[in-house]
Amino acid sequence: MANLSQYTNLPHQAGVGYKAQHLNDILAAPDDLAWIEIHAENYMGDGGRPIAQLRHLREHFPVSCHGVGLSIGSEMPLDTDHLQRLKHLVDWLQPAMFSEHLAWSTHEASFLNDLLPLPYTQKTVDQVVSHIQQVQETVGRQMLLENPSTYVAFAQSDRSETDFLAEVVKRSGCGLLLDVNNVFVSATNQNYSPEGYIDAFPTHLVGEIHLGGHEEDSDELGAPLLIDSHSRAVVDPVWQLYDYTLAKMGPCPTLIEWDNDIPEWSVLTNEMSLANDLLERHAQVAAQ
Amino acid sequence: MSDFQAEFSSALLNPDIPTPEGVVNPDGKPATKRFDVYRNNVVHSLVSAMEEAFPVVKKIVGDGFFQAMATQYVRRNPPHDPMIMFYGDRFPEFITGFKPAESLPYLPDVARLELARRECYHAGDARPLDVSALSEIPEDKFASARFTLAPSLRLLDSLYPVHSIWHFNSVAQIKISNPQEWIMLTRPEFDVVPYLLDHATFTFVQCLARYQPLESAIAQCETITDDFDLSAAFGLLFQAGIVTNIET
Repeated sequence: MANLSQYTNLPHQAGVGYKAQHLNDILAAPDDLAWIEIHAENYMGDGGRPIAQLRHLREHFPVSCHGVGLSIGSEMPLDTDHLQRLKHLVDWLQPAMFSEHLAWSTHEASFLNDLLPLPYTQKTVDQVVSHIQQVQETVGRQMLLENPSTYVAFAQSDRSETDFLAEVVKRSGCGLLLDVNNVFVSATNQNYSPEGYIDAFPTHLVGEIHLGGHEEDSDELGAPLLIDSHSRAVVDPVWQLYDYTLAKMGPCPTLIEWDNDIPEWSVLTNEMSLANDLLERHAQVAAQ
Repeated sequence: MSDFQAEFSSALLNPDIPTPEGVVNPDGKPATKRFDVYRNNVVHSLVSAMEEAFPVVKKIVGDGFFQAMATQYVRRNPPHDPMIMFYGDRFPEFITGFKPAESLPYLPDVARLELARRECYHAGDARPLDVSALSEIPEDKFASARFTLAPSLRLLDSLYPVHSIWHFNSVAQIKISNPQEWIMLTRPEFDVVPYLLDHATFTFVQCLARYQPLESAIAQCETITDDFDLSAAFGLLFQAGIVTNIET
């Protein structure tokens, strides 16, 4: 019999990236948390504590499964061993959502452990579409593709990121994960309008939103250079851009992402309530 | 453009290779510092993974030494797949060939032990048999019985007292007196539990883990010692909860 989860959807509320150090806080007040997200690669061992914790958590919360290692933007074929590991995880976990990145991280036999950028051309659209189709066929479900944060551009790019994504979703049938912090980081680094990006984004296909913190630096010419670090609170301009986004598309499941310098649980619940306040306000507007 | 990712990834791992052509800032100008963000992310994230994976090696050599050694390792041996939880499998051999670590000949085995502990931690779960399973083996099948041991079992023999060195640097400052050690790692539930074995018992477990019939395991142990205590060895196996099946 299929191991179906009772949680097939993410609620239109704030969720959090699960970290093992918060397990006791989470289980002490499970009603205060609407959903969790996990990084798929952390649960690809054969057993032991991580798997046992996830089996327990999936009984209590909807889970969004977020891959960081598929290298969908690679110009090489996908790693089929890794794809099978992902399929195995999705098969037993039955997550409410599954997402991956518009980025590459593997070249030949090397996994570089970072989300690397790609030029936006017809050739890379074709590669990404074919990889997404392969993933969706193997895993047997639709995936969401996340917009990246980028620090550089490519001379050979011949279209915008939003045009690129629009063609990818149209041809592959995937949905989108809109990382609002990534929009702010990339727009600042690439010198375009973040609101203009949101305006051009196919928001009707967004199944999940990410919010996170970034670090500020500058390049050798003194231009601002923001670094997507997931190590801090969401900054005010990103909350404003989130507000702008919700006004356009309505409420959507929203993740607070914090992967480095992980804070006390109360810091994360505070970030989640800020997101929930905005989600509630936009739900009321939508109901009017 | 077909090889842009080859060029990009080589430059990420090798600081002597310049920023790839065509990597630009918003005005179409070269973007060296921007590209360096990716260089830093790659090396920093992998060195951090190594620090998490080899805390005792790091403690023995110190933060600065470890960073330098791990950075060289990362640049020469990037992960071969996204399973970062197992990254560093070639680190013991790397340390063996790493000149500045020459004065610490036991260091590669400490790294081997830390790798084995991680494998043990993430290995598949299994339900152990009770010791009563032994009495169910028909007497005439005893010699040919083969044992399946828990997937989390890891065995490590070292010419150095590496478990004691590990313990000294991560749990408590014990007196280290063993000249060499035979180590068995088990994982009864979620935490790794180490055992120090004598040479014969270690060989016994190793033979069973290789699915050799009981009589051949015993014969091997008897080449090591004249007074191999089979019932004590079985007592340990079942107390450690590592026997998951017996084939007769």
